[in-house]
Order: sequence, then C-alpha cells, then structure tokens
Amino acid sequence: MVLLEAVQALAVDEPAGLLPARQQMALSLGWHIVLACFGVAFPALILVAHWRGVYRDDPDALRLARRWAKVSAVLFAIGAVSGTVLSFEMGLLWPGLMGPYGDVLGLPFAFEGLSFFVEAIFLGIYLYGWGRIPPRRHLLMIVPMAVAGVVGTYCVISVNAWMNMPVGFRVVDGEVVDVEPWAVLLNPGAVLQFAHMWIAAYMVVGFSVAGVYAAGMLRGRRDRHHRLGFTLPFVFATVAALVQPFVGHVLGLRIADTQPAKLAAFELAETTESPSPLRLGGVLVDGEVKGAIDIPGLGSVIARNSFTEPVQGLDTIPVADQPPVNITHLAFQTMVGIGTLLFVAVLVFWLARWRGRDLLQRRWFLRGAVVAGPLAVVALEAGWIATEVGRQPWVVYGFLRTPDAAGDNPDLWILLAATAVLYSALTVGAVVVLRSMARRWRAGDEDLPSPYGPEQGADGGVGTVER
Amino acid sequence: MSLPVLVAAALFVGVVAYALFGGADFGSGFFDLTAGDARRGAELRTLVDHSIGPVWEANHVWLIYVLVMWWTGFPESFASATSTLILPFLLALLGIVLRGAAFAFRKFAPTLGQARLYGAVFAGSSLLTPFFLGTVAGGIASGRVPAEGRGDLWTSWVNPTSLFGGVIAVGTCVFLAGVFLTADADRGGHGSLARGLQRRTLAVGIATGVVVFAALVPITRDAPTLAAGLEGRAAPLVVVSALAGLATLVLLVRWRLGAARVAAVVAVGAVISGWGVGQYPWLLVDEVTLHDAAGAEATLVGLLVVVGLAAVIVLPPLVYLFRLTQTAAWSGALASRHGDQQG
Repeated sequence: MVLLEAVQALAVDEPAGLLPARQQMALSLGWHIVLACFGVAFPALILVAHWRGVYRDDPDALRLARRWAKVSAVLFAIGAVSGTVLSFEMGLLWPGLMGPYGDVLGLPFAFEGLSFFVEAIFLGIYLYGWGRIPPRRHLLMIVPMAVAGVVGTYCVISVNAWMNMPVGFRVVDGEVVDVEPWAVLLNPGAVLQFAHMWIAAYMVVGFSVAGVYAAGMLRGRRDRHHRLGFTLPFVFATVAALVQPFVGHVLGLRIADTQPAKLAAFELAETTESPSPLRLGGVLVDGEVKGAIDIPGLGSVIARNSFTEPVQGLDTIPVADQPPVNITHLAFQTMVGIGTLLFVAVLVFWLARWRGRDLLQRRWFLRGAVVAGPLAVVALEAGWIATEVGRQPWVVYGFLRTPDAAGDNPDLWILLAATAVLYSALTVGAVVVLRSMARRWRAGDEDLPSPYGPEQGADGGVGTVER
Repeated sequence: MSLPVLVAAALFVGVVAYALFGGADFGSGFFDLTAGDARRGAELRTLVDHSIGPVWEANHVWLIYVLVMWWTGFPESFASATSTLILPFLLALLGIVLRGAAFAFRKFAPTLGQARLYGAVFAGSSLLTPFFLGTVAGGIASGRVPAEGRGDLWTSWVNPTSLFGGVIAVGTCVFLAGVFLTADADRGGHGSLARGLQRRTLAVGIATGVVVFAALVPITRDAPTLAAGLEGRAAPLVVVSALAGLATLVLLVRWRLGAARVAAVVAVGAVISGWGVGQYPWLLVDEVTLHDAAGAEATLVGLLVVVGLAAVIVLPPLVYLFRLTQTAAWSGALASRHGDQQG
C-alpha cells in the first residue's frame, strides 16, 4: 500500500483512472495474448496432424489431432471471453481514445470480429463433427479456422501498428477530421509487425505443445504417440524460431526513423554515439548507465544495419517524451535473449539429428524442451511490453498522450483487484481441467464423460456427449 | 435511409440476433440451474450441453459485433455509455466470463464434484448477463446516459425502466431457451423430459408476458420518450409480440413444437425491435440522435462493407452449423454411445 500511495502521489497531475487503467489493460491483455496465440497457431497444428492422420492413414496423428482439438476447445472458450473483456475495456478504460478516435481505428476491429465469427463457427462444426461428418470434409472444416486466425491477428496488429505510426486522419483545431479507415487497416507498419506477432504465436504454441510431450518422455513414455506429439509442434517451433530474428531485425530497423525514443530506450543509449555500442543488461540511474556490458559498434550494426550510423541518444529527446527507459530496455533484451537462445537450441537439435544423434534420448535436452514453452511465453510478453511501454507516453504516437486517453475514475483499482482474482481463478480452473484431461487420456479414457457423471449411462437414456 | 441510420440498423440486427441466439443460450442456464441434483438433473444437463455446446461461441460473437459496430460507428456515445453504465457492464461481463469458462470446464471436469461446481457457476452466471444487459438497455432508453462524459453511476441503471428491462431480458431468454430445449428433448426421444420442460416453459412464458405488459405503466412515467415511441411507431411490433407470445403458448400446449419455436423467435424479436423502433431516432434517448452521434462518413461506409462481407462469408457457414446441429446424425449421438468410433 505504501508503494501504491507513493505512486499515486507522484502522479498527482494525472487522471485518477490512468494508473489502474494501465494495470488493468496490462493484466487482461497480457493474459489474453497467450490464449490468442493458441487461437492463431493451434488450428494450423491440428490441421497438419489431422491431415497426416487422414491422408497417410496414421492413427497416432489422428489421435493427436483429436486430443488437441479438445484442448483447443477449452483454450478457445476462455480466449473468447477474455477477448470480450478487452472489447468492453476499450471504452471503460480509455474514453479519451475511443471517443475521438473510435471511428478511425474501428474498421480493423470490425474485420477482426468477422474473422472471429468465422473461427467460432468452424470451431463448433469441427469439434462436433468428429464421427459425424465424412472424414475428408471434416478435415476441410479446420482450414477456415486457421485462415481466420491469421486474418484476425493481422487486423488487431494493424491497430497496434497504427498506434505506433498513426495514419488516416488529420487533427484540425483539436478535432479529428479526414478519417480514412482503410488507411488504418492497410497502414505501412502493419505487415512487419503482424509477421513478428504471427511467428511469435507459432513459437509459443509449438514450443509449449512440444514441451508437454517432452515432459512425458522424461517420465519414460517413449511411444510413437509421444515422439510424434513432440516432433510435429517442434517443426513448427523450429521454423518460427529460425525466421523470427530476421523479421525482428527488419522490423527494428524502421524504429530509428519512426520512434527514436523507443529505439534509444531499447538500446539504452543515453547519448548519441557513432558508432553505437550494443549494450547488454544494465539500467539507467539518474541519467547514467550502470552495470551494462558494451560491445563496441555492434549497436549500430543491429539497430541501423550500418557500421557508422548512430542510435539517437535519450539526451536529444525531451524528458516528457521519453518512455520508461529501464522497463523498455530490459523487456526488449529479455525478448531478444530468449529468442537467440531458442534459435540456437533448435539449430543444435537438427544439426545433431542430421549427424545421426537423437537428442530426445538426452535428459538435459528434454528438460530444456520442457522449459522452452514457458520461455517462449516470457519472450512474447517481454516483446509486447517492450513495444507498448516503449511507445509511452503516447497512446496514439505524436497525437494523443496516454493520460489524456484515460478516464477520471479512481474506483478502477477495485476492478483491477477483482480482475486479478477472477483471472487467477480462471487460470487455476484451466490448468486443473487440462491436467485431468491428460491424466484420463493416459488412463485410456479417450471418451470423456458428459457433465454429470457416469451414472446417467446406466439409465439407458443419455449417452456420452463429447466435444 | 441515411448512412448513420443504415449502420444503426445493421448494428441493431446484431442486437436482435444476440438477444435471440445468445438469449437462448443464456436462458438454458436457468433450466440447468433448476434441474435438481446430479442424478436427477443429468438428463437435462446433458441436453443443455448438447444443445448449446456447438453454437454458444458463435452466438456469443454477436455481442462483439454489436460492440465493434457501436464504438466504430458512434464512438463518443460508446465512451459515454460505457463509462456511465460501467457497473452493469462489468457485472454483465463477469457473467460472460464465468459462464463461458465454466461451461468449457464442466465438460472436461475431473470429478463429479468439480463438474457440479462449474455447472453451478455456468448456470448462475447465465442469469447475470441478460439481467445487467437489460438494465443497460433501460438506462439508455430512459435517457440517463449523457451524450458525452459520465452520467450518474448508480441511478443510470437502478431505476424502474432498467430494472424492468433486466427482468424482461432474463424472462425472454429463459422462455426462448425453454421452447428450444423442449423441442430438442422431444426430437432426441426424451419424452418425459420434454413434458417437464414444456410445463416450466409455459409458466415462464406467462410470467414474462405479464411482466412485459405490466412494465408499460412504470415505463410511461419513467421513460416518456420511449413510451411515446412504443405507443406510436412501435405499436404494431408490440401487438405482433403479444400475439406471437400467445401463439407460442398455444402451440406449446398443442405440442406443435417446431411452430412454437418460430413463434417464440417472432415474439422475442418483436419485443427487442419494438425497443429499437420505439427510441428511434435517438441513439442515447433525449441526449443524442443517430445522426449526431455518427462517426466519420468513410468509416460508416467501411462498416457497411464489412456487413456485406459478413452476409456472404459468415451467414452460409452459420446456417450450415445450425443445420448440422438439427440433423439426426448429431442428435443421434445423444441417444447412443458410439460417437467416438468413427472419424
């Protein structure tokens, strides 16, 4: 509480709703983003497994597809409701953004809603279609889901890209005019940012799912089911982990022009140095960098693709326009660090395999594979924090400051506390349920019982309904 | 029709669709809640699970459609409505979150005890959402949401129109769900279950009908603009709703379950449409009209493009989904246990 008061005392000139709104958004979006990854990447994974099952007559793959579909039903349900929370929160927390800019940024959300609709419909058809739709047509039902997930991601990211690089409107005498909603949907920042997020989703899902089967192998379950359950998602994760650093690099290059303050915070550049060093770790204390390891010249190469071009220093940017430097820097480096680690790890695995050594026999590798999923989630969250916190103090870069977007509602703290409790309960519920599914599958109980216990099978009236 | 009115009409189609499809899902929670203990209620709960399982997520998306259309098409009013009606919105949201999660969890719950816990959460929260969304509608319709900024946090939704709105919303949801579940139970071959549902649905239908028409009195005093609309332009819809509601009851009694579903949909659709037509041309009654609340023209055109695309892209698979859930192959799984053997 002391800390809370200190923070509020510091923020006297800000609306009472700002800090709780920020924390609320951070909590609910940070939670949703993980589920969103599963909504985007899981259908593709299921599609490949199901395809293999049907066209190569592979019962193991088919069983994987079937189980993954049931897992995705649970994750999709809580992803759908947490996504709904977010659409309410846009207005509840940020009236200063949604009032003036709602008609600027709304169209991509309308398309996102459209793709979400498609995803929800085909999810219903697909999940209930097992055994009820001819196999090949049933397989086709997952294609629209996979496509819709990708389209939806693009739409949401296009709004975020617009917040970073606003286009499609002018401000005249404080009024937003000349709105071009299509320009927001097709804004120049969207494609790269989308690619980065999309690949991140494949990393998160690929490593997480592979990790589950790695954990099974560590416990001695070394059947084909587990090998395939590891390899399929791991191939997805591999491709994603290998491509991601390059996409991230290209994406980063434009920040020097579009958001120099963010780049300076990423690189912890307190002054402009030519060429700039790459700064590993470290924090900024009273305008001085402490505890960083500098690698001369590499900062320019990585951030600017040049041996001489400098990273513009924070000293050239007014303090009022600087983001929280340390959070941004550490989050950015966490993302890059984990990304690099995963890049190396998948290379090592496939190189070893190419040379005839199967790392799945090594416990240290399996342990690493188990940790890779959570690590990918951490990298995802860190990357999201880096880009969002790095954009501060702007919500619409250069046009609308975050304090001006927030409402004047101090009671939002209560909401935040309630949300924290609710989301914790949801997380516990999801974990308990998913673990119990896995346990019952292991026990050979492929068909999970319907809601109210096994007794009703005996009365002859109602049988198993499964999803 | 002008652009803002077209967009508002498209938005309102979403409101009606959500009230009908989402409403039937939410109303199922009532029957689930009152089904009795685990053994006695198993048959009904399995029916609920089977009926709404494939469709509830798609039905839920109508709400997101409405929200997005609203904040994009009429942004300032969305900001003022959400900040004024923050409490009922949050409570409705709580219901949505708990219900969706608990429904998914129940299906895969590890023990009967947990299934009962999740089931109770699912069923209870199913009633929260329609009630509080009903109070939101009442707050808007009675002119308690300002065009800009924040109105009163409490009186905006604790007032006669809002409270009646909440009760009517719950009643119509339960009524719709009852009609649909009765027909589903009958088609699935659960005769005694269907007859029990029929009796309870009749009771709910009569009670809701009484409340709807009793509410007209306090609404006349509390929300004069809406009342004038209901007695004027929207009067035919009110009459249609009353007739269709009566017809539903008669059809239920005479065991014409297919026709009863149609009549129930007409009755509820007409009530909701009556509200919309009754408060036209206001978006926030007595505060701002559709025209004045509308956002940029280019954006409204964009929204209509999305609506057109939705009609082409979303409706066919939606119809396919609903049709599948009505086929013998899908219903059959309720009566037999071999669902898992093919595929």
